[in-house]
Amino acid sequence: MSARQPMVEVRGARKSFGAVEVLRGIDLSVERGQIVAIIGPSGSGKSTLLRSINHLETLNGGEVWLDGVQVNQNLHGQAFERHINKVRQQMGMVFQHFNLFPHLTVLENITMGPVILKGMPKTDAKALAHSLLSKVGLAEKIDAYPSRLSGGQKQRVAIARALAMQPKVMLFDEATSALDPELVDEVNTVMKQLAAEHMTMLIVTHEMRFAGEVADRVLFMDGGVVVEEGPPAEIFRTPQKERTRTFLKKYLSA
Amino acid sequence: MQGLDFSVVVPYWDLLLTGAWWTAVLTVSAGILSFVFGILFAVAVLYAPAILAYPVRAFMWVFMGTPLLLQLFLIYFGLVQVGIDIPALAAGIIGLGLHFAVYNADVIRAGIVAVDTGQSEGARSIGFGKWQALHYVVIPQAIRNTAPPIGGNLIALLKESSIVSVIGIAELVHSAQLAISETFRPFEFYITAAALYYILNLILEAALHRFERHVEVSR
Repeated sequence: MSARQPMVEVRGARKSFGAVEVLRGIDLSVERGQIVAIIGPSGSGKSTLLRSINHLETLNGGEVWLDGVQVNQNLHGQAFERHINKVRQQMGMVFQHFNLFPHLTVLENITMGPVILKGMPKTDAKALAHSLLSKVGLAEKIDAYPSRLSGGQKQRVAIARALAMQPKVMLFDEATSALDPELVDEVNTVMKQLAAEHMTMLIVTHEMRFAGEVADRVLFMDGGVVVEEGPPAEIFRTPQKERTRTFLKKYLSA
Repeated sequence: MQGLDFSVVVPYWDLLLTGAWWTAVLTVSAGILSFVFGILFAVAVLYAPAILAYPVRAFMWVFMGTPLLLQLFLIYFGLVQVGIDIPALAAGIIGLGLHFAVYNADVIRAGIVAVDTGQSEGARSIGFGKWQALHYVVIPQAIRNTAPPIGGNLIALLKESSIVSVIGIAELVHSAQLAISETFRPFEFYITAAALYYILNLILEAALHRFERHVEVSR
């Protein structure tokens, strides 16, 4: 696989929920190690786009590719199930509401994937969990249950859980939107750290400042289309489209 | 008029304890059966293809809508007619187990539906399949969340297990009746039997309480 090949590619993505068209032909290409922030008003389709990339939403049209492999292949039944499970192992996803497993400890949350899906020996998985938790600053919480953690801590564990599968790309779906303002930074710090390690990332966010700091490219979506995209400096300082300007003005004045 | 004299119970104490033992055996075996099949029925009703889901649903309606006594008679006396001869104890365990499995299935089905969809999405996003997500993430949480009503069903099962005396299983009520037929002292023996049921219930409740406390930590 050539280094030129995009890590994530979306071509002509279309998606409707009933009569509502939420994605109306989206094209997106993310290079290896690139960080793309997707911004836009609620209902613009940005979360749906992100969720379509690992097939939590099924597209009505268009293609999604991960590192040269088509994600939404035309397979059926068990064959598709096997395919998608393999593909998802290579994509980490971080959710707005963490989605940690409350009946399992932090350690079990993190090691479950590697142990069950990759057959990693438990001792190796525990060592991996420990190093990932150290990285997100939560080594001492390894035996805690999620209910004993703050929102920020939960999200850092969720990031560690996704990283444990050693994914090729990380998808962040409003990872800090459910957090108290004072807990946002600890999660952003971890994400910046990943950025520094050249992890390929797609970040759906409402935080313009963070998007500006961390992203190589910003996508502004509205009404199911990409209105404008470019380097953060261009999008935030000299947006070309009126719609982008209106949106950003509202955000910057808020 | 005869006064109460519990000394008549003493010679039959071993018989009653043996009866209580078999009541415990019935409760535990039928309880496990009702738990396992409760999960299987719930999953079948929710996720199995129609060809399996509909028969299971029909089976559940029948088992909920007819008396346990009749079900026991059908399993023990009825099936012999079609060449299936099940020993009394096994028939009792199967009848009680399936009867309460239907109630557990109802509770567990609701418990599964109540688990946030984010949980299975979390599992799927890591690469777990649909059934793995159910097995490792959704069902364990559904069971935890429905532990109190499942425990209630188990306590009901313990008490209802007395009904299998009618197919000749020597459980507690059956033993008491045997003693009464020899002594003509129903009051003393029924009261003693009731006390033994109560003690079994206390043991069961203590076990359930421990389980619920254990589960409480991981909420």
